[in-house]
Amino acid sequence: MFAIFKREFKGYFYSPMAYVLIGLYMLMSSFFFLGNLYDGNADFNGNLSTMGFLLLFIIPILTMRILAEDRKSGTEVLLITSPANITSIVVGKYLAALCVFLVMTAITFVYPIIIAIFGDPAYAQLIGGYVGYILLGASFIAVGVLASSLTESQVIAAVIGFVSMLTMWIMDYLASFVGGILAIVLNWLSLFSRYYDFNIGILNLAPVVYYISFISVFLFITIRVIERRRWSQG
Amino acid sequence: MIEVVNLTKRYGQIVAVNNINFTVQKGEIVGFLGPNGAGKTTTMNIITGYLPSSEGTVKVCGYDILENPKDVKRRIGYMPEQPPLYMDMTVKDYLDFVSDLKQVDKKKKRAQLNDIMELVKITHVRNRLVKNLSKGYKQRVGLAQALVGRPEVLILDEPTVGLDPQQIIEIRKLIKALGKEHTIILSSHILPEVSAVCERIIIINKGEIAAIDTPDNLSKVFGNSTKFTIRIAGPKSSVQNLLKGICGVKYVEVASQKEKDVYDYIVDTSGETDVRRPIFFELAKFGYPILELKTLSMSLEDIFLQIVTEEKEVN
Repeated sequence: MFAIFKREFKGYFYSPMAYVLIGLYMLMSSFFFLGNLYDGNADFNGNLSTMGFLLLFIIPILTMRILAEDRKSGTEVLLITSPANITSIVVGKYLAALCVFLVMTAITFVYPIIIAIFGDPAYAQLIGGYVGYILLGASFIAVGVLASSLTESQVIAAVIGFVSMLTMWIMDYLASFVGGILAIVLNWLSLFSRYYDFNIGILNLAPVVYYISFISVFLFITIRVIERRRWSQG
Repeated sequence: MIEVVNLTKRYGQIVAVNNINFTVQKGEIVGFLGPNGAGKTTTMNIITGYLPSSEGTVKVCGYDILENPKDVKRRIGYMPEQPPLYMDMTVKDYLDFVSDLKQVDKKKKRAQLNDIMELVKITHVRNRLVKNLSKGYKQRVGLAQALVGRPEVLILDEPTVGLDPQQIIEIRKLIKALGKEHTIILSSHILPEVSAVCERIIIINKGEIAAIDTPDNLSKVFGNSTKFTIRIAGPKSSVQNLLKGICGVKYVEVASQKEKDVYDYIVDTSGETDVRRPIFFELAKFGYPILELKTLSMSLEDIFLQIVTEEKEVN
């Protein structure tokens, strides 16, 4: 698993992919940060939720090639015929994407640090906001990994990833229309209704467990998808 | 070493591999031969554990591929038709990754990789990106990848496809050399290749085994050479009549005129009796000298075509 993780993580930096994504992300998030600077506002959590929205665009691009490319280029054969099992392949790749995301997140720490130098932010709220943000990103990556396992085409993987994440983004909204049992079911998939608590500084165990189980379920489905494809066709 | 029993693979309605059985002994080089789409790659994919079979079992070194996939995969090096290369890595990084993936002992890794790179002659390109290598070098890196971890069994799917004649010869030599330490199965649709390298040939057609034997035996069994071409100096019609009169000769055909009154004849015999001596004495009696006599042995190419077309006729 570590071998796959290492290659995949390095792979992001062999190609311009990681640099372009991180650069783009920093550029866009710095626009939002300008608001803090101009207004002399020490509240960064508003920014964090906007940056969470940006992840809708960044994560599908980060994860689109993760499994689709192996299938297309034939390297999947190498991975599957090696002693590594499919679980460790999927988890290794997931962790690699997660680490790139964490690197990206770590760079954004520069904003709260600037705020801390010149102002007096609410640290607890900030930490809560970041924990929520990271869990949200980690869940998005799991969705992206699943999307990438469904197709050979990276573009299609990115689109599937984007559409499913967007659907999850508006899930509360959809749920409010239907009501009844369907609303409850839809709410199970709502990543954002769990996110709000973090952003106002409430660190609750239940949403953390929710996100971790969400990730596990999506990775499990990814493994099943790959297994199923092996058994059903070529 | 490798035991394949009643192996069947279905893709929906299509039967890609139908109930095939064979065994490969330790240290053997076995060739899979068949037209495109015969089921060679599917069979190899099943043996290496890339695809599960619909029915039947595959055992490598006594381990079943479905029950102990890890033990089997550890013992197999697989080079698929399209080498599984990461284009954006250097050769060295790539082989490093494969070693880690195959869980090669960290201490032995460096020495082993150096040996392998030396063996397939890619040491001088080890710092280049895979995508910048020529097809021949990519193929060698693919082969190096299969050798990592020094597996007992090597499975090579069309190892020489797309190479130039010089490279083909080199790869063949390499495979022969590897055969001393490894058990090898290779596939090809090119006959000379299989007959040059392999000790045994498995001919597959439409997912079924059409023949298994050594190249020599295949030539003997299928090409029991009963045809001769004979160049004789003498008037055409009387020579032809003479030949037809000899016991054992079934059919005589005049192939071509070589000089004045010198013709090539193709003589087809029953194969039960040796007609060469009677032909000589008979012609000598009439003073028609034999200038040349050749057996028309069937090449593997002919045998292959014969087997494949016979199957078609049966179907």
